[in-house]
Amino acid sequence: MTLLTVTGLHKSFGGVVAARDVSFTVARGEMLAIIGPNGAGKSTVFNMVGGQLGPDRGQVLIDGQDITHASPQARFRGGVGRTFQVAQTFLSMSAAENVQMALISRFRQSRGLWTPARERHRAGAVDLLAQVGMAEAADMPCSALAYGDVKRVELAIALAGQPKLLLMDEPTAGMAPQERAALMDLTASIAASQGIGVLFTEHDMDVVFGHAARVIVLLRGQIIAAGTPDEIRQDPQVRRAYLGDSHALEPSQGTGPA
Amino acid sequence: MIALDPSFLAVQALSGLSSASSLFITACGLTIVFGVTRIVNFAHGSLYMIGAYTAATLIPRLLEFSFGPTAFWAGILASALIVGVIGVIIEVVLLRRIYGAPELFQLLATFGVVLVVQDLVVQVFGPEDILGPRAPGLRAPVDILGRRFPSYELALIAAGPIVLGLVWLLLRRTRFGVLVRAATQDRDMVASLGVNQALLFTGTLFLGAFLAGLGGALQIPRVSANTGMDLAIIAEAFVVTVVGGMGSVPGAFLAALIIGQLQAFGILIFPKSTLVVVFLLMAVVLAIRPYGLFGRAEVIGGTHAVGIASRKPQPGRPFILLFTVAALAGFPLIADAYLLKVATEILIFALFAFSLQLLIGVGGLVSFGHAAFFGLGAYGAALAVKWFGTSMETALPLGLALAALGAGLIGAFVVRLSGIYLAMMTLAAAQILYAVAFQWVDVTGGDNGIVGVWPSRWASGPVPYYLLTAALTLVAVLLLKRIIDAPFGYALRAARDSEARAEAIGLAIRRHRWLAFIAAGAAAGLAGGLYAFSRGSVDPSLLGISTSVDALTMLLLGGIQTVIGPLVGAGALHALRDWIMPLTPLWRLFLGLSIIAMVLLFPRGLVGTVRDRWEARA
Repeated sequence: MTLLTVTGLHKSFGGVVAARDVSFTVARGEMLAIIGPNGAGKSTVFNMVGGQLGPDRGQVLIDGQDITHASPQARFRGGVGRTFQVAQTFLSMSAAENVQMALISRFRQSRGLWTPARERHRAGAVDLLAQVGMAEAADMPCSALAYGDVKRVELAIALAGQPKLLLMDEPTAGMAPQERAALMDLTASIAASQGIGVLFTEHDMDVVFGHAARVIVLLRGQIIAAGTPDEIRQDPQVRRAYLGDSHALEPSQGTGPA
Repeated sequence: MIALDPSFLAVQALSGLSSASSLFITACGLTIVFGVTRIVNFAHGSLYMIGAYTAATLIPRLLEFSFGPTAFWAGILASALIVGVIGVIIEVVLLRRIYGAPELFQLLATFGVVLVVQDLVVQVFGPEDILGPRAPGLRAPVDILGRRFPSYELALIAAGPIVLGLVWLLLRRTRFGVLVRAATQDRDMVASLGVNQALLFTGTLFLGAFLAGLGGALQIPRVSANTGMDLAIIAEAFVVTVVGGMGSVPGAFLAALIIGQLQAFGILIFPKSTLVVVFLLMAVVLAIRPYGLFGRAEVIGGTHAVGIASRKPQPGRPFILLFTVAALAGFPLIADAYLLKVATEILIFALFAFSLQLLIGVGGLVSFGHAAFFGLGAYGAALAVKWFGTSMETALPLGLALAALGAGLIGAFVVRLSGIYLAMMTLAAAQILYAVAFQWVDVTGGDNGIVGVWPSRWASGPVPYYLLTAALTLVAVLLLKRIIDAPFGYALRAARDSEARAEAIGLAIRRHRWLAFIAAGAAAGLAGGLYAFSRGSVDPSLLGISTSVDALTMLLLGGIQTVIGPLVGAGALHALRDWIMPLTPLWRLFLGLSIIAMVLLFPRGLVGTVRDRWEARA
C-alpha cells in the first residue's frame, strides 16, 4: 500500500540542477534508502520531501494528500516525523520533557497557560522512551546524554507525533558502528510493527544494505537505479558511479569498523 | 507651495546628501567591525563622540600654529587616528574576551563602554559643549539657484564617496582587505586557514574606530561636540547598517543615501520627527528583507541562546511563597517612608525585569527596547489621567492595555527576525516611541512630560501604595511564573533551543513568540503604570535606551538562567545605585565597569553563581 508518492520533483540552484524529475514511492512499513555520491542531490530531494526546500516542479503526496507546499508544522499534522543529520532536541529539557513537548503539540495544547508542562503526558512520554530503550534516562537533562542516546530520544520525539512516514537524514552519522546497527534495528522493528514508512539517506553502506528494503541511487540529480539491495549491488551504472569506491557496495565481512 | 520651489528642493537634496555622507562614514566602520567580529559595537557612537571632542580641542591649537586648510585637515586626520588607537585598546582589553559570548552579553558589555566613556569624556574635556572652528577656505556660503548653501557641506558631500572609494581600495587591493572580506563571509574558515585572527580583529577595530572618529571629527564645523552625540549617532548608525545589511559596505552607503534624503524631505511630511520616518523605513525594509538590502542570512553555528533550563521543583515551595507574602506584607511595620519608597521602586523594576525574562531567558528573544512597553504603560496611564480625568483604577488597566497593544504591533514585526536583527529592531521601535513622546509636545508634554499623575485616595501615601504595588507585582510575577512552567513557556523554550525541532513537532513558532511579546509587554506596562503613579509624573526618559539597559542589567546581575534572577537583580541594582550614586559623580563609570566586570567574571549572575556553588557542594 503506497504511503508516500513523489512525482517529478525538480529543483535547480542557478544553473545547477540539483534534482531532475525525481519520482519514487514508499509503502507502509517499508524502509527506503536514498544513496549517491556527494553532491548527487540526496539532501535536496530529502529536504523537498521534508519541507525545508520548495521544489520548482513536482508533487509530494502522503496518503493521497498533497503536501508539496505545506509548512513543516502542517507536515507534522499530516503524519510526517523526522530526525536530523545533527540530532535536534531541546537541550534545556529532560529527555521525558522533550517527548512530552511533542505530545503537547500533537494534542494542540502548546498554548496552555495553567497546568505545568512537566505534568502533562508524562506516562505517554515514558512509554515512548521505553520503546527506544531510554526509559531509564527519562529525567536526565538532554544536554547530559551521550550522542547516541540523544539520537534515540530524537527518534522517540519523532514517534510521539504518530507519524505515518519517518524521514531520517543520515540517521547514524556521528555514531559508533555498533550503535548504528542497534539504532537501525530498532527503527526497523518499530516501522514494521506500526506500519510506518521510513525514508532515509545514509553514507554507511552496511546500514543501507542491511536495513533498506529498497534503495534508490541518485547521480547528478537523477535517479540512475532503484531496486532491492542485491539488484543495486549488481547494477553496472551504480558500480560506475561509485568507481574507485566499488568495494563500498560489497557486503561487509564480519562486524569490524566500517 | 513651498515644496515645488526648485531651489528649495535642490538645497534640501544637497543637505540630505551631506548628512548621508557623515552617516555613511560612521556607519561604514560599524558594519565592517560587525562583519568581521560579529559584535554589534554599541561603543561605536562613543568613538564618534570622542572623535568630535578631540577634533574640537585639537584643531584650534593647530590653527594657532599655522592657519590654513592643511592644519585643519591634518587635525581631522590626527583625531581619527587617535580614536583608532582607542578602538584598538577597547579590542585588546574587552572585545577579545567576548567574541564567543552570547549576543546579549556582547551588546551589554559594549554598552558598558558607552557608560564609561560618557563619564570619562566629561572628566577629560569638561562638561561644556565645545564649538569647533570652521574650516579655513570653506567659510563662505556658495550660491545654489539663488539660495545660500554652506560650502563645508559640499566638502562633506564629497567626503562620503571619497571614503567609500578608499575603503573599497583597501578591501579589494590589500591583503588585509582580502582577509576582512573573507572573514565577513566565513570567519571559521579564515581561522582554520591559519590567519592570525588576533591581528586581523585588532586591525579591523582600528579601521572601524578610525572611521567613527573621522565621522565625529568632520562634524565639528557644523555642531558643537556634546555629551549626547554618542546615543544619537549610534541609533542612526544602527539603522543604516541594518537597512543596508549588516557587514555590507555598499549596503551602508545606499542606506545612508536613502536615509539622508528621507531626513531632508521627511521634514515636509512629519515636521517634528524625521526620526520616526527613518525608523519606519527600517521597519519596512526589515519586514520585506529580514537581513537588510545587501545582508545575508546568518549561518547559525550552534545555539547562541542562553536561558532557563528545566529544574526539579523545589520541595517546600508553598512555604517559600507564604514567607515571601508575609515578608512583603510585614515590611511596612519596620520601614520608614523612605525605605518604603525604595522598596516600591524595587518591586516595580523587579516586575519590569521579570517581564523581560519571559522574552530573553525563556524565549531567547533578545529585546533591546523593553523600555517601549514600560513607557507605554506609564504614558498610557498618565494620558488617561490627564486627558480623560480617569481614576487610577481605570488608568492602570488602560496603561497595561496600551502596552500590550504596542507589544502586539511591535511583536508582529520583530518575530520574523532573529538574533541581532531582532535586538536592533526592538531598539528602533523603542526609539520611535521615545521620539514621539519627545516631539509630540501638545499631547505628551514633550521633554517635560506629564505631571499630576497621583493615585486614588485609598492608595496614596507610602504604606498603601507600597502594599498595592507589592500585591500587583506578586500576582503578576506568579502568573508569569505559571506561564513559564506551562506548555506555553515550554514551547517558547523549545523554539529557543532548536527551531528546526520545534517546527518539526508542529509548533507555530512565530505565533508563540508574538503572544510572548504581548504577555511580556502587558506585564511591563503594568510596571510602567505603577511607576507613573508612584512618582506622580512621566517623561520621555522612561522610553529611552537607558531604561531598556536598566532592565537588561538587572537580568544580567541576577542571572539569565534563573527564574528569580531578575527579581534579585532589580533589588541589587537599586541598592547599588542608592548606595554609590550619592558618593560619587562618576556613577555611570562605575555602572559601566560593573556591567563589563559581570559579563567577564560572573556571566551566570548572582543567583546562578550562588546556585552553582551550592550544587557543587551538594
